[in-house]
Amino acid sequence: MTAGADPWVPSPRAAARDAFRRAQRRRAVLVASVATVVVVAAVVYVVTTAPGWERAREAFFSPERAWEVLPEVAEGLWLNLRVWVVAGVVGLVVGMLLAVVRTSRIPALFPLRVFAVVYVDVFRGVPLLLVLLLVGFGLPALRLPWLPVEAAFLGGLSIVLCYTAYLAEIFRAGIESVHPSQVAAARSLGLTRAQAAWRVVLPQAVRNVTAPVASMLVSLQKDSGLISILGAVDAIRAAQIATTGDYNFTPYVVAGVLFLLVSIPLTRLVDAWSARQGWRGELRGVSGAGVVR
Amino acid sequence: MSAGAPGGAEPLLSLRDVRKSFGAGADRKVVLDGVDLDVTAGSCVVVVGSSGSGKSTLLRVVDLLEEVDDGQVLLDGEDVADPWVDADAVRARLAMVFQQYNLFPHLRVLDNVTLAPRVVHGMRRKDAEEAGTAMLERVGLADKARAYPDQLSGGQQQRAAIARALVSGPELLLLDEVTSALDPELVGEVLDLLLSLRTEGVAGRPTTMLVATHEMAFARDVADEVVFLHAGRVHERGTPAQVLGDPQHDRTREFLRRLR
Repeated sequence: MTAGADPWVPSPRAAARDAFRRAQRRRAVLVASVATVVVVAAVVYVVTTAPGWERAREAFFSPERAWEVLPEVAEGLWLNLRVWVVAGVVGLVVGMLLAVVRTSRIPALFPLRVFAVVYVDVFRGVPLLLVLLLVGFGLPALRLPWLPVEAAFLGGLSIVLCYTAYLAEIFRAGIESVHPSQVAAARSLGLTRAQAAWRVVLPQAVRNVTAPVASMLVSLQKDSGLISILGAVDAIRAAQIATTGDYNFTPYVVAGVLFLLVSIPLTRLVDAWSARQGWRGELRGVSGAGVVR
Repeated sequence: MSAGAPGGAEPLLSLRDVRKSFGAGADRKVVLDGVDLDVTAGSCVVVVGSSGSGKSTLLRVVDLLEEVDDGQVLLDGEDVADPWVDADAVRARLAMVFQQYNLFPHLRVLDNVTLAPRVVHGMRRKDAEEAGTAMLERVGLADKARAYPDQLSGGQQQRAAIARALVSGPELLLLDEVTSALDPELVGEVLDLLLSLRTEGVAGRPTTMLVATHEMAFARDVADEVVFLHAGRVHERGTPAQVLGDPQHDRTREFLRRLR
């Protein structure tokens, strides 16, 4: 058989099957649309017929108020985004280092290994809110002259402390998911332990944990709002300030929408990226993995 | 219906001009290029061919794990390739054994065997376990019923997979390179079992089989018909003596020569 020269013309039978499948797909789309309309209509009905709907709409969904507070809340969000980026980068780098240290077998690193274990145990086990309060009010009490005491810095530091521990655990799981035979293959080629770790184990480990790491980064983005506890004027704090005068809670809704505007595209982007890389776990490279009917 | 009845009886399975390709556009690769094939109830048809010839895809098409591009898959005269046919009901009448066993690692051997009888065929646990135990006895694994798959050797796992396939009394057993993943010294026990399924059968009926294999000895000893598949086309078919002993086509000769 020569490549490309395929004289096959679909038979009427194949055409009939295709028509049937197309009809089924159309039906599926129709069912999905009807189901969506019904659910949305039901929610709208329940909410708008609630006894307090009129007042709630005024208090939470006032368009004029939303427009008024948008600049302040958006400016607050800018602080959230900066904290998110810095905390994310530091968390990724240090988390990876901790995971490498913890899984290494080098004797000289033993004290560091103990530190990594204790660190992860502590900061994974203590609620983020508590870390924020202790760092935010505890560190300034030491009156260290070189230590910045702005709320944004201390809040960001607390978030970094906790997320580094979470990320370290994810990376460790990734490293341990790489089969030992991979190390054997690398060592048999003459690579040193460090070369095998850097060239063979870590790249595969990172691929294996892309999805959980990405979801950690998304949740870091919204947890950056917790720095408002310490008084840093982020999106949440800005919204809070805006509600104090008139007890109109629309600014909170504005802040929520702004957070969603960042996190939803981010999630989709990561999904698309990892799909393009063919990193979707078990299914990569398996032909005919999906049973069709 | 007698085994391999010439002419008279309608075949249990007939493939007519089956076409299957993967990918689209420039990447489109034709895997089955108009295959015709018949399996009579009670008979054993063995498909041979080099890797990439389309053997596995052929079996997956029969088990409705792949949708064909064109052509007919007739089971008892009904075209089961039509998308309006209930595929689950069709698959419940067939059984497949895979190269990599594909036992469920979280279930004990007996639970692997009784899953389909209980979930698909609605048997009560007690009855299913009775039937499952009998089938494990038939394949010589009665003492492994409580073990987990990873506690068995490859040959034992594959025999357990065969028991799982046979327990619901399938009309047709599809065997996809079932010895290819085994260590050489474990191949024999599986082939012996398949041979006895042909000669003694299950409950007195020889098992109807469609087999894709590299084991020429098995094809020679067991097949009623040998089909040589190359690049998605049937190049030669006939009795084992004809196809393996006196091949008429260059492709077949070349394939057989490279096996020696």
